[in-house]
Amino acid sequence: MPMFIVKRLGQMVLTMVIASFLVFAVMEFSPGNVASKTLGPYASDESKEILFKKLKLDDPLIVRYGRWIGVLFGVIEDPLADPALNLGFHDPRGHHYFGNFGYSTLYKAPVNDILWDRLGNTGILAGIAFIIIVPLSMVFGVLSGMREGSAMDRGLSLTGITLTSIPEFASAVFLMAVFVVVLAWLPGTSPLEATPEWPLASQLVLPVTVLVLYDFGYVARMVRASMVEVMTKDYIRTAVLKGLPYRTVILRHALRNAMITPFTVILLQINWLITGVVVTEVIFAYPGFGRMLLEAALFGDITTVEAATLVALFVAVITRLIGDIGYMYLNPRIRLT
Amino acid sequence: MVDQATTKSSPDAAASPGRLGRGAGLWRVLRAIGLLRESPVAIVGSGLVLFWVVVAILAPWLSPYGPNAIDFTALADPTPSAVHWLGTDHLGRDMVSRLAWGARTVLTVAPIAVLTAYLIGCTMGMVAGYLGGWVDDLISFISDIILSFPVLILYIILISTLGPSALNIIVAVTFVSAPGIGRIARALVFDLRTREYVDAAKTRGERPLYIMLVEILPNARGPLIVDACLRMGYTTITIGVLGFLGLGLPPPDPDWGGMVKDTTAMMVVWPHMSLFPCIAISSLVIGFNLLADGLREISMRD
Repeated sequence: MPMFIVKRLGQMVLTMVIASFLVFAVMEFSPGNVASKTLGPYASDESKEILFKKLKLDDPLIVRYGRWIGVLFGVIEDPLADPALNLGFHDPRGHHYFGNFGYSTLYKAPVNDILWDRLGNTGILAGIAFIIIVPLSMVFGVLSGMREGSAMDRGLSLTGITLTSIPEFASAVFLMAVFVVVLAWLPGTSPLEATPEWPLASQLVLPVTVLVLYDFGYVARMVRASMVEVMTKDYIRTAVLKGLPYRTVILRHALRNAMITPFTVILLQINWLITGVVVTEVIFAYPGFGRMLLEAALFGDITTVEAATLVALFVAVITRLIGDIGYMYLNPRIRLT
Repeated sequence: MVDQATTKSSPDAAASPGRLGRGAGLWRVLRAIGLLRESPVAIVGSGLVLFWVVVAILAPWLSPYGPNAIDFTALADPTPSAVHWLGTDHLGRDMVSRLAWGARTVLTVAPIAVLTAYLIGCTMGMVAGYLGGWVDDLISFISDIILSFPVLILYIILISTLGPSALNIIVAVTFVSAPGIGRIARALVFDLRTREYVDAAKTRGERPLYIMLVEILPNARGPLIVDACLRMGYTTITIGVLGFLGLGLPPPDPDWGGMVKDTTAMMVVWPHMSLFPCIAISSLVIGFNLLADGLREISMRD
């Protein structure tokens, strides 16, 4: 078991290094672009030239990637912090510290000032959605999977398929048409600043609903598939034949075994909720992580995109690791080495 | 049983094997379409998809106006009227025309993207599954790296760097989906490569390429067709989402996601501008997913 975790941690680090290098390579492929994007559209050729030399942009890609990692780990000073460049960048944390993501050219501030607040906001949205998605999809999945092919199964499955087929922006538009335009019960935007008219809680209702509607059908299908399989097992037949009430068979015997396979899928939803909520955040003007990434990418803010991708990759890899370990505990028959 | 029937009923076909092959192929396709009748879900799904395919093909004849033609007189009241059945958008462009041409965009880009993703993904998966060893390790490693990225982030990085265009959307979808398809194909090949007919082909001295394409691929088609149908739905959502995020086709060409993006700010005044494209994309994706579900149901029954 400890060997397995060590091995997986090694794989994790390797994946993150290669994946982040790929992102770095895609973003900084043309060095001339890096200088002009950092300085913005109105910069003179002269200042671009100075920055080009300062950042040593004619070095090979791999060397520049090494330097970026160096800055991140606090070994090297961020070249953009040099006051001679007149960029006006200042980081109160100093120039050498672990986790230095550099400066955002879009927000004109250290990336660390922006990134973690935004991640926290997305965390609120994702957390509430997750708390609703898990029990809802379990109830849906178990009810439809316990009698395969029954009217209830067909009805619930059809509802699930239909809901997952509606893109987030479309369900947001449908919900807004009803609850914002016609009924005026809820606000159409969620900037997370309480106004006298719309308290914070009311601003969260629509974004959370959109996320739940889009995602829960998928998880419910996984729970259903697993439930259908468990219901064909001998121990279920034995339990039914020895005269146990159907409720007990489902709750005591089937449910526990049916949750093993969907466990990983459910954990992966955390990953999706942190990074996949871009659309919901954009349509409701929610100040979250995904919207920050999109705005940075559209603006050409290379440092922010690289930092955000690294954080997202970290979340993705960690949830997968936790999923694997949890799966092993739940299913004693699987022992990975 | 069916193959026997065709052989019997067409005696002259036996003389030319080429014609027999073609006839049997056509018969199989008809039979597959006939199978759809068994699942009401599949009928509804294929009906929705078919509706949009017809709209896409007939877009130039169905649209009363050009997709980018501006009617200034409609700007005072862009809501649905006798002149513009579904109203116009905020620039006075006819909604019916833009929706029809938008269907054409989606139903051109999505199938091409899924097809190229399948060509590359199936090749990766079959080579990895059939050859095994270090080739398998290498391909699986590359796939794992791509799959470890959150999908939407990968799309945003790729499209914002490459620039928004139909070709780049196809490239990005291929890049993002091929590893997943490869995984499915690999698992299927793993299962099929130990079958007797594969051993027989090996003993006959057939080349690996022949075995992969003629012996293994046709037998792996069931799950792959269902997955392709699901992927058409996902890709339609992806194209819509990219358009909505401003990473879709460059304006002014109509694209459902982009139409929503341009008009959500006017929801309170003119909700129809966003509602109609949302209904369009939702119905198309629901169609694909119902069709996939029906196909899976039918294939499990066999």
